[in-house]
Amino acid sequence: MSQKLLLNAKEINIILHRLACQLIEKHDDFSNTVLIGIQPRGKFLANRLAQILKSDYHIKHIKLGLLDITFFRDDFRRSEKPLEANTTEINFLVEDKNIVFIDDVLYTGRSIRAALTAIQSFGRPNEIELLTLIDRRFSRHLPIQPDYRGRQVDAINKEKVKVNWVEQGGEDAIYLVNS
Amino acid sequence: MSELSVNHLLGIKGLNPRDIQLIFETADHFKEVINRPIKKVPSLRDITIANLFFENSTRTKLSFELAEKRLSADVINFSASQSSVKKGETLVDTVNNILSMKVDMVVMRHPNPGASVFLSQHVKASIINAGDGAHEHPTQALLDSFSIRERLGEVKGKNVVIVGDILHSRVALSNIFALQLQGANVMVCGPKTLLPKYIDKLGVKVETNLKKALQWCDVANMLRVQNERMDMTYFPSTREYTQQYGVNRALLNSLDKDITIMHPGPINRGVEITSDVADSKQAIILDQVQNGVAIRMAVIYLLASKIKH
Repeated sequence: MSQKLLLNAKEINIILHRLACQLIEKHDDFSNTVLIGIQPRGKFLANRLAQILKSDYHIKHIKLGLLDITFFRDDFRRSEKPLEANTTEINFLVEDKNIVFIDDVLYTGRSIRAALTAIQSFGRPNEIELLTLIDRRFSRHLPIQPDYRGRQVDAINKEKVKVNWVEQGGEDAIYLVNS
Repeated sequence: MSELSVNHLLGIKGLNPRDIQLIFETADHFKEVINRPIKKVPSLRDITIANLFFENSTRTKLSFELAEKRLSADVINFSASQSSVKKGETLVDTVNNILSMKVDMVVMRHPNPGASVFLSQHVKASIINAGDGAHEHPTQALLDSFSIRERLGEVKGKNVVIVGDILHSRVALSNIFALQLQGANVMVCGPKTLLPKYIDKLGVKVETNLKKALQWCDVANMLRVQNERMDMTYFPSTREYTQQYGVNRALLNSLDKDITIMHPGPINRGVEITSDVADSKQAIILDQVQNGVAIRMAVIYLLASKIKH
């Protein structure tokens, strides 16, 4: 197994700030916008973006939720491994809100399809956008594209994108892993 | 998350502590789901479940049906009183006829102990025991432990007394197995006539004095006297039973601590528990009912995930 560094901590930080600015450009003071991290991996990115928006760009009120999609996935009983559920933490209704889904890697698009269904349990949003740190653009199974992307990556199917966050130990880094 | 070690839920006996842990963790997620504005997930869209009730049930049947519907399964209901069972059809024939309509899972309540074990050996479907005679009622025991865990933080090390008609109770037996698997200390308390002989061989404490039992425990699970299963007189009168084994406010106030009161329902108010106790903050009876749906969703979901596509 070999791995290649795609982005280091400094580059990730620059990208996060750029994504934060793009969000502000569209959503202004976030008064009618909620950020939803897709569990499990979107949690770290969503938390980080919310933190940057608050501390560096002085957005006072950021609504942040975490959405677990396990029970909405389309591979129940089809996947080799049992599906592992995570916590959903959405303490607000999303009725008429502008939602930004946040996930670290956009691959087949199936997780986002599940998230689009899952979020309906919390109301009818005004619109939904997608922010992703890494967009594996040639691997999509569904017609889903990000509105905000950190970096586009051309990876063949055997390759995997591994995102590591400080919160998980080690340092911020993104690798392309060839298994 | 791993998967359950079993393909059927026939009883708590046969589960291991890891299974119970997995069911509880999954139920935690479903409890969040059933408190959403839209309380439904699509996981079991391609699963059909038959609820076979050869014995009366209100709460358990509703709870299972709701759990199945919340998971988006297709549900068919069957009750023995309206069926061909009365015309002499055997259990295996009845179930095989139902399964030939492409049913994946069977939830069964039956008056005979061991009926679900028997069924699991003869038909190709995942079986969930919803109560078999005086044998086991595993989902009730799971939701009871889950409710204790929710109220007291954990089950391990807690003192739990099961009070009342232990002899005729499947809830008691499943609870004893479940609580012991999780490291709780279990006591049974009731009149000697309603305590099975050799119950102490299960490793439970036995007490006939209710006040002493309540003084010892953190949680008291009050059982109903199952008059419908009684073939003889086990105590002189209901009034005398209530005086000896009914929980009331004065008795709880005489203890030097606040204990948690549970009841699997249906309650006979004024017999095993007075209304003011049943409706007090110490009682978690309605929490048990709500947790029942989450626990049954978890069990059905985890068993369904083992059915090959």
